[in-house]
Amino acid sequence: MSEQPKLSLGPILYFWSKQKTEEFYERIADTPVDIVYLGETVCSKRAVVRFDDWMQIGERLAAAGKEVVLSTMTLLEAESELLMMRRICDNEKFLVEANDIGAIQLMQGRPFVTGPSVNVYNERTLARLAKQGLKRWNLPVELSRDTLADMQAKRPEGVETEVFAFGRMPLAYSARCFTARAHNLPKDDCDYKCGEYPDGLLLSAQDETRFLALNGIQTQSAHTLDLLPELDELRSLGVDVIRISPQAEHTEEIINTFHRCLNGEESLEAGNARLRELMPTGPCDGYWHGKPGIEERALKAAGLS
Amino acid sequence: MELVCPAGNLPSLKAAVDNGADAVYFGFRDDTNARHFAGLNFGPDKMAAGIRYARDKGARAFLALNTYPQPSGWERWQNAVDRAADMGVDALIAADIGILDYASNRYPDLNLHLSVQGSATNYEAIRFFHENFGIRRVVVPRVLSMNQVKHVVENSPVEVEVFGFGSLCVMVEGRCLLSSYATGDSPNTFGACSPAKAVEWRETDQGLETHLGGILIERTAKGEAAGYPTICKARFEVEGNTFHALEEPTSLNTMALLPELMKAGIAAVKIEGRQRSPVYVAQVARVWREAIDACKRDPEHFKPKPEWLAELGKVSEGTQTTFGAYHRPWQ
Repeated sequence: MSEQPKLSLGPILYFWSKQKTEEFYERIADTPVDIVYLGETVCSKRAVVRFDDWMQIGERLAAAGKEVVLSTMTLLEAESELLMMRRICDNEKFLVEANDIGAIQLMQGRPFVTGPSVNVYNERTLARLAKQGLKRWNLPVELSRDTLADMQAKRPEGVETEVFAFGRMPLAYSARCFTARAHNLPKDDCDYKCGEYPDGLLLSAQDETRFLALNGIQTQSAHTLDLLPELDELRSLGVDVIRISPQAEHTEEIINTFHRCLNGEESLEAGNARLRELMPTGPCDGYWHGKPGIEERALKAAGLS
Repeated sequence: MELVCPAGNLPSLKAAVDNGADAVYFGFRDDTNARHFAGLNFGPDKMAAGIRYARDKGARAFLALNTYPQPSGWERWQNAVDRAADMGVDALIAADIGILDYASNRYPDLNLHLSVQGSATNYEAIRFFHENFGIRRVVVPRVLSMNQVKHVVENSPVEVEVFGFGSLCVMVEGRCLLSSYATGDSPNTFGACSPAKAVEWRETDQGLETHLGGILIERTAKGEAAGYPTICKARFEVEGNTFHALEEPTSLNTMALLPELMKAGIAAVKIEGRQRSPVYVAQVARVWREAIDACKRDPEHFKPKPEWLAELGKVSEGTQTTFGAYHRPWQ
């Protein structure tokens, strides 16, 4: 168990231009984030940042003192996607985040991290993957703090725990591209429409509840998961790494806020008040409390909403 | 090619077997399986009777134990594996790595199938489950095109089962949290999508409103059919347009693809619908039995007969059927 949780930055889930991506990581190099996950995890068609580019970005971040992890795709269908996954798994510089069981197969005992889309729901799964080389696992976003506490009590020696703590949550994956569909385009001729929505495309219920965000073949929560108010509990549960998911704007400020709150340089109330201004739609934290994910409980209880 | 039919209760199981199913699949009466609905599934006595009935008529009996236990519920799942092994089911259909690990260690002879909820869309993932737990069959998610299915079969170390007919999941099974986002319960954690307790219908001036977890997910005009309220088949507003942003309320029917599926070496076709009535099961099993037999006799000239399609149309959810992802343009 570590004394103070580290901060990680998850992979960019959206389709940003190569220039925006490179400039983003230039700025990230100067933030107090400890671990940076790199790579395309959602759609293989978005190949504007190539494997070699990711490696270069990784080297620059590593030179700035960051631990770099290469993330693999979540939904793999075509052989070309398996080829890219093999290339990532065979890299000899950086650790690998498996976002599909296929990547765990390819790691063949070498150390790996599981992303939030790998279903680790119980301690037997955790123990089995530890034998396979699991170095760190991410709590699936729909699981609660109670389940996390049970898992922490039984987790194998040497395995670290990471929790997705800030960002629009990935909720589903499809063969179909919903961003293209919203523009009446087929996936094979999608015109890269997702590039126009650097935080995803908002979908609302007919009662105007802002509900989901369409991000190509991935469906996300419209609301941003915000576990900053739970920082003390995350720490007391022995969570090793706290993950922030990149958003189009203000990611550095979000990292800085978490960092200051972790170090006691800012109160959780003040930090959270700032974060709420930076979210595209608003906060949620229901899953953490064992409730529907869209709910925001801690925030309500604290009188912040 | 094996015809695998759903059995939500004993009458459905008998209907499936009597109408030509080669195998039936069912679950225990709790959250250990992905059709956890009130009044559905099997207690121990009914299950024993069901297995006997299937065996006597030469059909196999598979148990679906395909949800994801959390530590607080682990024992219930472990007991379910023990009971399934004791009863001598012909296969255990599981998704969770922990469950597969337990089952393969404790019962090395137990025939394991990887459930569709295991999200194995590529042969590397299938190899993982084969090498580690000795699975003998994989049920692939309903997201692959025909060519992708063929590619999986060519490279898979185990036989492949596909969904042929029934309700269509648009999202990769085992990785869809839309239901718990709105209701707190998902197929992974609770064994149901849109659990009944979270659904509320309201008659209003604008028509029938369907609320899920308090969120309005559908509004149907008078006379318009209201299907089972899943988020993926509801109408939403995106950039000023209100439409089926994810999928229309269609169901899957791959019957016309049978020759291709057979040629690809698909081991089994699964019919969805453990939550449906014995009448549904009987009709679908009978039609699919006839179709598979006809296709086996003469794959070159196989075409679904209009009367089969009419029969299936009567029991389909929604008014249309689709090839789903098997047909590339759908993607």
